[in-house]
Amino acid sequence: MATVELLGKTIQLDEDGHLANPEEWNEEIAKEIAKQEGIEELTEKHWAVINFLRKEFKENGQVPSIRKLTKQSGVNTKELYQLFPKGPAKKAAKIAGLPKPKGCV
Amino acid sequence: MKKLVILGAGTAGTMMLNKLHNVLDKNEWQITIVDQYETHYYQPGFLFIPFDIYTRKDVIKPKRDFFPPGVNVIMSEIDKIEPDQNRVLLKNNQVLPYDYLIIATGSKIRPEETEGLKDKLWYKNIFDFYTIDGAVALRDFFKHWEGGKMVLNITEMPIKCPVAPLEFVFLADWYFTERGIRDKVDIHFVTPLPGAFTKPRAASILGDFLDKKNIRLTTEFNIARVDNDNKKIISWDEQEIPFDVLVTIPTNMGDEAIERSGMGDELNFIPTDKHTLMAKGFDNIFVIGDATDLPSSKAGSVAHFESDILLENFLDVTEGLQPRAKFDGHANCYIESGFGKGILIDFNYDTEPLPGKFPLPGVGPFSLLEETKMNHYGKVMFRWMYWHLLLKGQELPIESQMSMAGKRK
Repeated sequence: MATVELLGKTIQLDEDGHLANPEEWNEEIAKEIAKQEGIEELTEKHWAVINFLRKEFKENGQVPSIRKLTKQSGVNTKELYQLFPKGPAKKAAKIAGLPKPKGCV
Repeated sequence: MKKLVILGAGTAGTMMLNKLHNVLDKNEWQITIVDQYETHYYQPGFLFIPFDIYTRKDVIKPKRDFFPPGVNVIMSEIDKIEPDQNRVLLKNNQVLPYDYLIIATGSKIRPEETEGLKDKLWYKNIFDFYTIDGAVALRDFFKHWEGGKMVLNITEMPIKCPVAPLEFVFLADWYFTERGIRDKVDIHFVTPLPGAFTKPRAASILGDFLDKKNIRLTTEFNIARVDNDNKKIISWDEQEIPFDVLVTIPTNMGDEAIERSGMGDELNFIPTDKHTLMAKGFDNIFVIGDATDLPSSKAGSVAHFESDILLENFLDVTEGLQPRAKFDGHANCYIESGFGKGILIDFNYDTEPLPGKFPLPGVGPFSLLEETKMNHYGKVMFRWMYWHLLLKGQELPIESQMSMAGKRK
């Protein structure tokens, strides 16, 4: 299994390059992953999305789709793509320390 | 009498009806099937209509041809399911109480979900091929088209038959070559996925086919709107792609009746146990085919493999047992690649499509992830099997559980 060095810790990754163990996540790690994804600073809006994803994952055991995200997180689709360019659902999930969203079949 | 209600008489519902009708005791069970349309469409055939390979009459038959005698058939739109009351309300004001319910209401395209898609260019320069009307309109457009930019765009996942868009551009390459205008047609495949297909190994092999056929690929493009005046599709991050003809795969959603019943997710797909095929939270409702939210392909082959599992589990549950059969996500897709050839893929939840021989290891006759004439014949034969065996619930020579035999890692 692939690993990555983040903040002096060795962290295991799943086959998609996301954290293998969501419990190992913390806000500092999120900032590091964000930088690797080309997001220099996580703003309040970024955190709103990240926290929404983590809450959903905790409650339902899966990462919500973009539709659910925009319906319920208070961030609209346009903003979401500005916050997390390219694939927001995937990128935000990665930064939130969660697996890649399903629905990609 | 115990009452079984099946909602939807498409591929999945019709198969399930026939399988259950064959095994359930007629003195104990009353089976009712509900659908609002009289015509059964062979949906895999829609792909061939724009290229004038199939016509409308090749892909339609009356649904009633496939209903066994003694089944109560109701032609009506569904208003909603009331799962707590164990009943279904129909738009014709009938109320259907049930002991067991099988939901097979499918999925359909929703172009209204994307700004500017179903606007003034709809069926003039913008077409879908997931409906008979769209496929026929596109055929008429292609007949007189002299070339330009053809863009195929997938709006968002999941979609019915995720390989169909690839087949479409492969067939377009062939069709325009035969017409002698291939050098005047720029074919561009635009997808929200990171590659040509959903699964990495197949995506890379299929991506090479796009290259070889001189088809441009743009990945991670998430369409936000269509600019009808300037004939462009525009993504959420403001990338623009111009077109002369846009072939769109619009957002796919489950039936509105599912939304009215409060049983669906944000796309009206029903949360379903991916192994037992029971609706989550209910012990007398099964879901099959495109109506589920399973992380498997939305395709007839998947519905077919599910039907074997559902049959076993239905019998377990109605006898008071726990459902024992487990669906593995098996899908098997013939991909038309043009010039009389095809590619075959076979996969499930856990194993992505791999190269090899199918169904007999080392022998075939079909080759996985390779382009062969035999694979194409498989697809041609399949239409016959669909009408004569599959819908009638008869056995096909393919196991419902995926096999690793003959596959190369």
